[in-house]
Amino acid sequence: MYASSKSYRAGQFFGGLIVTLIVIAMASLLPLLPWYKLNPILDFIGMHPWLNAFLKAFIVVNFVALHVLFLIWLERKFAGWMQARLGPKHVGWQGLGQTVADAIKLFLKEDIVPAKADRQLFAIAPFLSFMPTLLTFMVLPFSAAWIAYDYDLGALFVVAVSTNVALGVLAAGWGANNKYSILGGARAVAQLLSYEIPMVMMILVVVTLSDTMSMKQIVLRQAHIWNIVAYWPVMIPAFLIFLTCALAELNRTPFDLPEAESELVSGFHTEYSGMRFAFFYLAEFANNFFSAGFAVTLFFGGWYGPILPPVVWFTLKTLILICVMMWIRWTLPRLRIDQVMGFCWKVLVPVSLVIYCITALIAVK
Amino acid sequence: MPLTSTEISSPGMTINMGPQHPSTHGVLRLLVELDGEVVHSCRPVIGYLHRGLEKMFEARPYRQCIPFTDRLDYLASLNNNLAISQAVERVGNITVPERAQYIRVMLCELNRIASHLVFLGTYATDIGATTVFLYAFRDREKVLDLLEMMTGARLTYNWIRPGGVPTDLPEGFEKAVRSVFEELKVSLDENNRLLTGNRIFRVRTEGIGVISKEQAIAWGATGPVIRGSGVPYDIRKIAPYEVYDRLDFDVPVFDQGDCMARYLVRIEEIRQSMRIVEQCFKDMPEGEIMTKMPKIFRPPVGQAYSRTESPRGELSFFMVSDGSLNPVRVHVRAPSFIHLSMLPELLKGVKVADVIAILGSLDTVLGEVDR
Repeated sequence: MYASSKSYRAGQFFGGLIVTLIVIAMASLLPLLPWYKLNPILDFIGMHPWLNAFLKAFIVVNFVALHVLFLIWLERKFAGWMQARLGPKHVGWQGLGQTVADAIKLFLKEDIVPAKADRQLFAIAPFLSFMPTLLTFMVLPFSAAWIAYDYDLGALFVVAVSTNVALGVLAAGWGANNKYSILGGARAVAQLLSYEIPMVMMILVVVTLSDTMSMKQIVLRQAHIWNIVAYWPVMIPAFLIFLTCALAELNRTPFDLPEAESELVSGFHTEYSGMRFAFFYLAEFANNFFSAGFAVTLFFGGWYGPILPPVVWFTLKTLILICVMMWIRWTLPRLRIDQVMGFCWKVLVPVSLVIYCITALIAVK
Repeated sequence: MPLTSTEISSPGMTINMGPQHPSTHGVLRLLVELDGEVVHSCRPVIGYLHRGLEKMFEARPYRQCIPFTDRLDYLASLNNNLAISQAVERVGNITVPERAQYIRVMLCELNRIASHLVFLGTYATDIGATTVFLYAFRDREKVLDLLEMMTGARLTYNWIRPGGVPTDLPEGFEKAVRSVFEELKVSLDENNRLLTGNRIFRVRTEGIGVISKEQAIAWGATGPVIRGSGVPYDIRKIAPYEVYDRLDFDVPVFDQGDCMARYLVRIEEIRQSMRIVEQCFKDMPEGEIMTKMPKIFRPPVGQAYSRTESPRGELSFFMVSDGSLNPVRVHVRAPSFIHLSMLPELLKGVKVADVIAILGSLDTVLGEVDR
C-alpha cells in the first residue's frame, strides 16, 4: 500500500538499475553499426579543417544536450528511489520522455525580464555560464579517438575555462536586480573561487605524477593500472578532495547555498524563466557530467576497461560517479556560508598542500 | 587616501522574506535588515491570515465554535478542539465520561505525533535535507489514516466537543494503531541515523538560536521551546487535565537551548506520545462517551480558563459567559504568537541561513498567530 516496505524499495532500486543497464547496453551497440561506410566522407572532412572543427563542435554540443536530458531524468528517478516514491513515470517508458516534455514546456514559456533588470547582463548571463562548460568538453577524452581536440595543456585549459562559470553566475545575480539573486551570486562567486584552489592542487597531483597536462596522455599512462590504485596513498585523499570541490563547483548539496531554496528562493536564477532558465539547468548538468568525466580521466583510468568499447567504459564510469554525487545530494543537509568557506580555507587548502608536498617527494624519487 | 573598511558605510539591504517565501511556513513576513550575510535586525509582520476568529466566536453558540478552532493550529486540530471544549465544559460545569477522556487523550497524542512529523520534515527541508521531508510525510500519512479511521477527516477534524466525543473507537483501531507504531519506531530510528547524527545537521543547529533558561521564562515560552532550554514545563504534568495524571510518561528536557535541543525534544515527544497511546488502550474503561447535554446549551454566568499542552506549547482558551447562547468573549492564548515575538531578539547578528533554522525550530503555525 505504501512505498515503504523494504522489498518494495529494493524492487524500485533494482528495477531502476535494470532500466539504466539496458540504456547503457543499447548505447554500447552503437559502435557495432557499419560506421566504416562513412570513411570516404570522413576523409573529405579531414581535408577541410574548418569543416572538421565545425563537425566536432556540432557533435559535442549535441552530445551534451542529449546527455543532459538523460541526466535530468536519471537525477529525478534516483531521487525517487531514495525518497520512497516513483519519480517520473508517465511520459514515455519509465518516464524517459519527461525531460523532453519539460524542455518543450520551457521553450514555450514566456521569457520574462524584470522591469528594473540590467537587460544586457540579464540576457547574456545564461550563456556566460553555459559556454565555459561547453568549452571544457572540447578536451574531454571519451576514448583515444573520441576527443575533440587533444590539447597539450588540457588540464590547465579546463581549470582556466571552467572558472569563468563564476562570471555568468555573478552576472545573473547582479543583472536580475533581485536581492535574493545578488546574495546567491555573491555566495556563488566566493564559493566557486575558493574551492578552485584545492581542486587545482589535486589536479596538479595527477599532472605531476603523470608528467603531462594532456588529457589523452594522462589516460594513456593509466593503461595498465589506474592512478588511484597506483599511487593510492596520495590519490585516494586527492580524489576525495577533488570530489568535494567538484560538488562545491557544481552548487550541489551540501554546497548548494547559491541556490538554497529554503533561504534564497532559488538564488541567482530566481528571476529567470523559459529558455534562459533552461540554459542554467543545461549548464549545471553538463558541468556535472564534465566533473565526473574529469575525475574518471584523472583517477579511474579514463576509457580503459575489458570487453566493452572504450567510449562505453568512459560513460559508464562517469555515470557511476554521477550517481555517487546524486546519492550525496539527496542525503545531506546544507552547510552555512561561513562553514563552507571555513571548511575550504582551514581544512581543504592545508590538507591539499600537504598532499601536494608528498606528491612532489614521490615524483622526485 | 584609501578608505579602511570601517569608513566605508554600506547602507545595508532590506530583504522581505515572505509572505510568499518557501520557508516562512505560511504567510509570515520577515523584514530583515542585512549587512552582507549578517542580520542586523528583523521585524516579523503578521496579520496576513487574520480572520477575526475570536470575534466570530462571540456570534456563535458554544458548540458551533468548534469548527473554527480547527483553523487555528491546523497541524493539530484535535488539540484545539480539546482546549475549547474544556473551556466550555468548565464554564458550564460539565463532567466528561472517563472513556471519552481516554479517547480524547489518545487522539490528541496521535495528532501531536502527526504535528511533530510535519516539523521534522519541514525542518529538515529548511536545513537542506530534502529526503527526510518525504520520509516524515510518508509516516505522517499513516498517522492521518488512523485519525481518518476515527474521525472521518484528515486535517480539520471538528471532532472533540463539549461533553465528550461523538463516536466510539472503530473496529480494528487498536490493531491499526499498533502496526503504525511499529513502522513509526523503525522510521524514527532510521531518521536518527539519517539526520540527527549527521555532522552537517549538527553544525547547522548546535549553538544556533540559543535561548537561555531565564530568557525562555521571561519571554513566556512554552512547549518544546522552553523544554529545550532546560525548564521541565509541561501542562500535562504541572496542571494535569483529562486523564494525564494517571498515565506514565516522561517530559523530555534538554539544557542547551539551541535549535538542536528543540529538535530533540520534539523527536523524543513522538516516542512519549506513542507510550501514552499504548497506555490508553490498556487502561481504557468501558462506558459512556458523551454526557447528556441540553440541545440548547446555556451555561451559567461566569468565566473559565482552560490550559492544555498543544504540540506547540501552552494553548489556552479564556471564555466568558453571560448566560446567553453565545460566549461574550473568547481569548486564545496561542503559543506560536508568543514564540514569534521572541524572533527579533533571537535573530540579531545571525547569518541569513540561520534565520530559517531558528524560525523553523520555533515551529510556529501562522493560523494560530493571526487567528
